[in-house]
Order: sequence, then structure tokens, then C-alpha cells
Amino acid sequence: MTDPNLSASQPLPQKPKKTESSISQREKSEGADPVGTQAAELSTVYEEGLEVKARSQWQLAFGRFLRHKLAVASLILLLLIFAAGIFAGQIAPYSFREQVPLDARLAPTLEGQHYFGTDVLGRDYFSRTLFGIQTSIRVALLVALLSTLIGTVIGSISGYFGGWIDNLLMRFVDLILTLPILAVLLVIAALAGQGSPTRVAIILALFFWTTLARIIRGNFLSLREKEYVEAAKASGASDMRIIFRHMLPNSFGPIIVNATLIVATAILVEATLSFLGFGVQPPTPALGKLIDDNRGFMSSLPWLVIAPGATIVAMVLCINFVGDGLRDALDPTQRRLRA
Amino acid sequence: MFTYILRRVLYSIPVLIITSFLIFSFVQISGDPLNQVRQIPRVSQSTIDSIIERNNLDDPFVLQYVYWVQSVFTEGFGTTLLSNAPILPDIKRVLGNTLQLIIAAEILAVVLAAIIGVVSAVRQYSIFDYVATTFSFLGFATPSFFLALILQITFTNIFLATDTRIFYTSGLSSAGADNFLIDRMQHLALPVITLAVLGIAQFSRYVRASMLEVVNSDYVRTARAKGVKQRTVVMKHALRNAMIPFVTAIALDFGALFGGAIVTETVFSIDGMGRYLVDNLGSRDVYPVMAWLMVTSVIVIVFNLVADVIYGYLDPRIRYD
Repeated sequence: MTDPNLSASQPLPQKPKKTESSISQREKSEGADPVGTQAAELSTVYEEGLEVKARSQWQLAFGRFLRHKLAVASLILLLLIFAAGIFAGQIAPYSFREQVPLDARLAPTLEGQHYFGTDVLGRDYFSRTLFGIQTSIRVALLVALLSTLIGTVIGSISGYFGGWIDNLLMRFVDLILTLPILAVLLVIAALAGQGSPTRVAIILALFFWTTLARIIRGNFLSLREKEYVEAAKASGASDMRIIFRHMLPNSFGPIIVNATLIVATAILVEATLSFLGFGVQPPTPALGKLIDDNRGFMSSLPWLVIAPGATIVAMVLCINFVGDGLRDALDPTQRRLRA
Repeated sequence: MFTYILRRVLYSIPVLIITSFLIFSFVQISGDPLNQVRQIPRVSQSTIDSIIERNNLDDPFVLQYVYWVQSVFTEGFGTTLLSNAPILPDIKRVLGNTLQLIIAAEILAVVLAAIIGVVSAVRQYSIFDYVATTFSFLGFATPSFFLALILQITFTNIFLATDTRIFYTSGLSSAGADNFLIDRMQHLALPVITLAVLGIAQFSRYVRASMLEVVNSDYVRTARAKGVKQRTVVMKHALRNAMIPFVTAIALDFGALFGGAIVTETVFSIDGMGRYLVDNLGSRDVYPVMAWLMVTSVIVIVFNLVADVIYGYLDPRIRYD
């Protein structure tokens, strides 16, 4: 996106040529787009040949993100792991349940593509781990999507309208935050989860929206006082329009960062629930369940615990680094990148 | 100060009531408590009827809640669904064990985190700082059950290889131990480390951030300018003020610790709250589960209250808002 006002450095002699009418026209347009015309005026001062290129907020953020080497490396690794999980059906050398008794208890080897070895029943552990990743991603992304939706709606209502609605909603958030959350999730997942990934994801999402709701509320409280929101109100914009067109786009940064961190938390919590036997249950594969099934063989076949465990650590670590990079990149008060 | 405390105490009463109602609703909405009982073939219809009668399961929702609250106060959480055994004695026993675990873990986490955080902040961007940051990221990313299993297998292998017990890998005490205290510490060490790691990771970042804020403040610069020794500046001027927000973080962490205890106690087979919850969830017995949630919620609310009071004491500005 290139804004013509900023990019074109107009030749100097154009200025004196302006007639009375064109000046008055300019004044009119100044009211509508003050920054644009001012910038155009400024750009006339530049020497010829030195072009100023306009970048959108997203381009600026992307540029800042690219400077964060660790975050970029993590993103690449994360995308690889996610791709491997999503396309597990195509990539995995074996199916999730396929048993080859003759190949049981193999240590990790390149032979027969048993990269993570095999378990006591002769099932290829690399394939099992890939399908486990698939479930993890399914649950985590659904949790992030749902809890972001709930958190955004509740946070927006609370921050925009204020008053008793805000009071009620925020006290409710406080209450949820005082509950021993893992235990509550465990109880509800055990009683209502039925081992299905979708159900587990919905249960997690019902408790994961609180942080975002608080952040959005705080953001909205300060945005509400901004001149452009006042201007929008004065020109008769509806509440919905102000929220969706003016305030929410200014909260995208924290929303995206929070969604990223929720993916990480959801992966950890889903793995924990499945490990305890109350999360995702067979026949659906899950990394936590793989570890629970094989913890008895830890001394003889340690890779059966280490492979899925290390996969979880790698995924969560990468997501947290990406989240950190995004936080730095999306914070508009940080303008290290030269415009 | 007195009115401040009174206000806080009064505030936690409605919180407690709503929490109890929420807990009851969560459990009741999540499914029919008799589902599991009905699937056991040897349980007759008359037994089920007597269970329904005993627990007022045929009454409306709100009335059931009232009966439950009543049983909490008059009968100590009532009895279990199927075996009709009293809940309170079990809860008392497991709570004692879990509190040992949780308090030890919290003390370890706070002390280590404070040291790591302060050194990281005072020597920002040093090698120590980078190593601490790396480890805290690892701490955030490692599921506690995975860490517990790794610790368990490591110390089992050490025992098998050298035939010396450094730490036990399951249970709380061994029969015929000479020194109860040392034996208990050998048993608790690994669960405590598992439980403390997340706290250390979290708190050290927290202390580091708030120390950095304080270290660059005017009064610290003034103290330096007056020629106060570095050690005194850090310990007296900076640390004290940096610790104020930390108090709330510690208190709020107790809920998470009870959650962490579920995993830790399961892996290390400790007869505590966590295992109690998992066992009763396994048999889908809702009454011990609700009792569990209620007891932990009360503890968490009390700790929040204590944190509020300490916070008000440490930072007088809070009292007047």
C-alpha cells in the first residue's frame, strides 16, 4: 500500500503556480486529511531522488518482527511442526494404530522410518507423535479462536459501556481468576468432556477468555477518551461502528499476542488433562495420553516418554518466542524501524 | 487500617457465596451424578433410589444447592455418593499432606526467584541474565508431568546405579525410617522441585521486571548519589519497594499450586489433595469433588485476603482508594 501523498516528491516549482481557487480547495481537503497534505507539503522540501516510502502499520510491524531473529527462527520451526501435524495423514510413514509385533521395542532408528522408535506393541512412534500433534493443534487453535471471541466481546462491552455492566462483568472475571483453574477444568472435562477434542477445547475456552477481556477493557477505557472516538461520536456514528471501526482495530496488537499465548497454554493444559486421563481419550491420539500410556516403560524405552514430551516443550517454547516477537512488533509505541 | 481490613473481609463473604454457587452449578451442569453408578451392574434400583433420597437428587436445582450448603456446615461436606463414607476425615488427612508440599514449594520458589530476579536486574544483559531468561522460558514450556517423570526416572536410575538413596521417587514416608524429618524431606524433595519450577520461572521474571523499574527510579539514584553502598541500595532501597507487587503475585499463585499438586501427586503417588481429586473423578463421585473445590477455593480466597491486607500495610496509598 503506497500513499501517493507521501511517496511522490513533487518538483518545487509547482508551488507558486497555485491559483486562489486551488488554495481554497486545498484548505477544504486539509480538513478531511490533514496528515496527508501536510506530508505532501513536507515532501516537497526533500531533494529530488530521495524518495520517502509509506508503510502501513502492518508493514511496520512485519519489519520489526523480522528483526527479532529468535522469533523468526521459532516461527519457522513452529510452522514446520504444525505442518507435520496437520498433514500427519500424508507424512506419517505408518498409521496411528498399525502394529508390527516383530518391530516392537525398537530404539529410534532410520531403518524402516522409525525415527522415534516403536512401542511395546510395535507401533511406529513417529507416526503416533505426529497424529498427537494434530490433535494438540486442533484443540489449541479452537481454544484460541473461541476464547479470543468471547474475551473480545466481553472486554469490549465492559470497556465501552462502563457503569454497572462493567462492574458486573469484571467482578465475574475476578471470581473466575480466584478459582483453582486447572482443578475446575479437570472436573468439568472429566464429567462433561467425554474424551472428545472439540468438547475439551470448548471447556478450556470457557475459562481462558478472562485475561483478554481484562486487556481489551483496559485498552477501551483509554481509547474511549481519544479525540477520534469523540469525533466519531459527534458525527453520529453508532456504538457498533465506533467499536468495530475505530476501537477494535486499535486493539489488534494485544488481541493477537494474547491469542498466541493462549495457543501455548491450551497445548500444555490439554496435554495435562489427557495425561491425567480426563482430556482427549482413545481412539483420538493425544500427546499427553501417549506419555501416560508409556510412563511404565521409562527406564527400558525412555524415548516413548521423551519424544512426545520434547515435542510439547518445542511447540510451547516456539509459540512463546513468537509471542514475544509479536509483542515487540505490534507495540506501536516502539518505532525502531526507520519509516 | 482497621476499616480497610473490615472492608476486605466483608467483601470476601459474597465472593465466597457466589463461588460456592458457581462450583455447585459447574458440577451439576456437567452431567448426571448418577451416570457412573447406573453403569455398575451389581447396583440395584433400590440402592439408586436410596442414594437419590439421601442426597435429595430429585429436588429442584436451587433446593439441592441449599441442601448441599447445609451439609457442608452441619455434616462436614456430607458423604460420598456410593459408599456413603464421610468426606471430612479424608479431606483433612490429604490437605495436611498437600499443605506441606505446597508451602515448601512456595518458599523454595519465592526465595530462589527473588535471588535470580534481583541478580538478573542488577546485572541486566549479563551472561547470568541470559541464562536465567533461557531457563525461565524452558520452565514455562515444560509440562509439569513431563518434568516430574524425568526427575523420577533420573533419581531411580541413580539409585539403581549407585545403590544410594538421595531422594525417594514415590510416596511420603518409608516404613522403619530412623529420622522422620529427614525421611520426609527425602520424599518431598522431588515433588517440591517439580512444583516450584513454574513458580521460579514466573516469579523471577516478575521480580526482575519490578526491580528494573525501581532501580531506575529517582530515590534509588538519590541514594546512590549520597554515596550509599551498592549492597544497601539494592537490599534496602530497591528490593523492599520491588517486593510490594510481588506479595500479591505470591498469594494469587496458591490456586495454581493446588492445580500443580494434582499432577505432581499423581506422578509421585502422594496421598494428597491432588490424588484425592483424581481418584474421585475417576469414580465420578461428585460430592468429594465439590468438597475439594470448596476447600481449595476457601484457602485461595483467604490467601487473597491476607495478600490484600499485607499490600495495604506495605503500601499505604492502597488503603484509601
